[in-house]
Amino acid sequence: MDAMIKTPVAENAPRIAREKPLKIKARNVDVYYGEKHAIKDLSIDIPDSAVSAFIGPSGCGKSTFLRSINRMNDTIPSCRVTGRIEIDNRDIYDKNLDVVQLRARIGMVFQKPNPFPKSIYENVAYGPKIHGLARNKTDLEEVVVTSLKKAGLFEEVKDRLDHPGTGLSGGQQQRLCIARAIAVNPQVILMDEPCSALDPIATARIEELIDELRQNFCIVIVTHSMQQAARVSQLTAFFHLGNLVEVGDTDDIFTSPKDKRTQDYITGRFG
Amino acid sequence: MSDHIVKAYDEDLANLKTMLAQMGGLAEDHLAKAIEALSKRDTKLADVVIAQDEKIDALELQLEERAILTIAKRQPMARDLREIMVAIRVASDLERIGDLAKNIAKRTHAINEQLPRKLAAGLTRMGRLSLEELKDVLDAYTTTDDAKALDVWRNDGELDALYNSIFRELLTYMMEDPRMIGPCTHLLFGAKNFERIGDHATNIAENIYYLVHGHTLREERPKRDTTSVTAFDSLNER
Repeated sequence: MDAMIKTPVAENAPRIAREKPLKIKARNVDVYYGEKHAIKDLSIDIPDSAVSAFIGPSGCGKSTFLRSINRMNDTIPSCRVTGRIEIDNRDIYDKNLDVVQLRARIGMVFQKPNPFPKSIYENVAYGPKIHGLARNKTDLEEVVVTSLKKAGLFEEVKDRLDHPGTGLSGGQQQRLCIARAIAVNPQVILMDEPCSALDPIATARIEELIDELRQNFCIVIVTHSMQQAARVSQLTAFFHLGNLVEVGDTDDIFTSPKDKRTQDYITGRFG
Repeated sequence: MSDHIVKAYDEDLANLKTMLAQMGGLAEDHLAKAIEALSKRDTKLADVVIAQDEKIDALELQLEERAILTIAKRQPMARDLREIMVAIRVASDLERIGDLAKNIAKRTHAINEQLPRKLAAGLTRMGRLSLEELKDVLDAYTTTDDAKALDVWRNDGELDALYNSIFRELLTYMMEDPRMIGPCTHLLFGAKNFERIGDHATNIAENIYYLVHGHTLREERPKRDTTSVTAFDSLNER
């Protein structure tokens, strides 16, 4: 189906959403888990080549919305999504759309690093293999090395690519998962609290990595750490009780938010 | 505004406010005493002002330390962050005001010995005006009243205008009688000090505006201090 969303979500759009092309557009999205109304009438524009952070107290709907961007909610039987979400002007809930293809274009990184119980090499090679992205062994090897390099892990593991991925440290495992995610050359990377299981040094490494990756990817990150959102993102969206309360340039949200609820949340007054 | 979940954070911020209120009270007191010393030619009182300035300096240092500690511990965001930044800036303005009051007190000695009484009248009028400005802006800070702060900010032009006329008046005295140059120079510096105190008050007003609105005041302040571009020729022509 063709693009239907032509106009920006608001006239006074954040600067970053005006400077960069829009990658993801959502309009009037509602998500239900059975009776529970988890996302209420959400509309947002997410820019390409930038990091967008979703913040908000637990149960506010930020992860739910993140998971409707790659249709992971499809796997939950009671879940119902209405409204419209477009990636690159294409309706991702279109019945004719191949969900596997969609997910191949959207990498995802989870809270807990979850490498496959395979070698480091196989972890990264798996995606390109099943999606047929490498013609031969040399090709595949190149993809694996480049992805590991981009994820800032190659130097640490280059002598033990055949060791199990699960034998790495937490931070290394998370970077392995990021390497795995970028190996299939996605356009969007979704991260659901990618650092909450990591120590501060490993966290700093991942943040540095996110900052490098944003040149080439549209990154959406859900985080409970306000400081992290302030450090890594250019756009910040604050969710509360299923509502998208405020979206703005990160610089503005953390210095002078418009909505009192945002103000109260980021200053530690409720949550 | 509602309280933080972590109560000690509220205490940290409240402490900063209390320290600033103390500093403001001292600055106001010193300025008032400096003006009184000047108008009554009371050198003893002037010495008190000179001796007490240390207190404001020490408080500023303390406040700065506490503010830095609060930033390090709490990683403040949004309005909390602005509160702390503004507290640091206002403290520095108050410290400067204290210095200027002290400087006026020092000059009281010189002025006292050499000057006909009526000449200092304009200066004490400037002093009272600057004191009023300081009082108003401190009130505006305590009550976070940005409208009142803006009033102070706009009205500083009056002090500038008074400074201009004193500047011109003193120049004519000096030209009439070179023996007046010494004491009049002291008066001129004193006037400049009061004018600067007004500027610091407007700085504080701008910070109150920033605290409330989250962005700096974009208007240009109406300035009426023209002394830095006044040429002697133009005075001679009058």
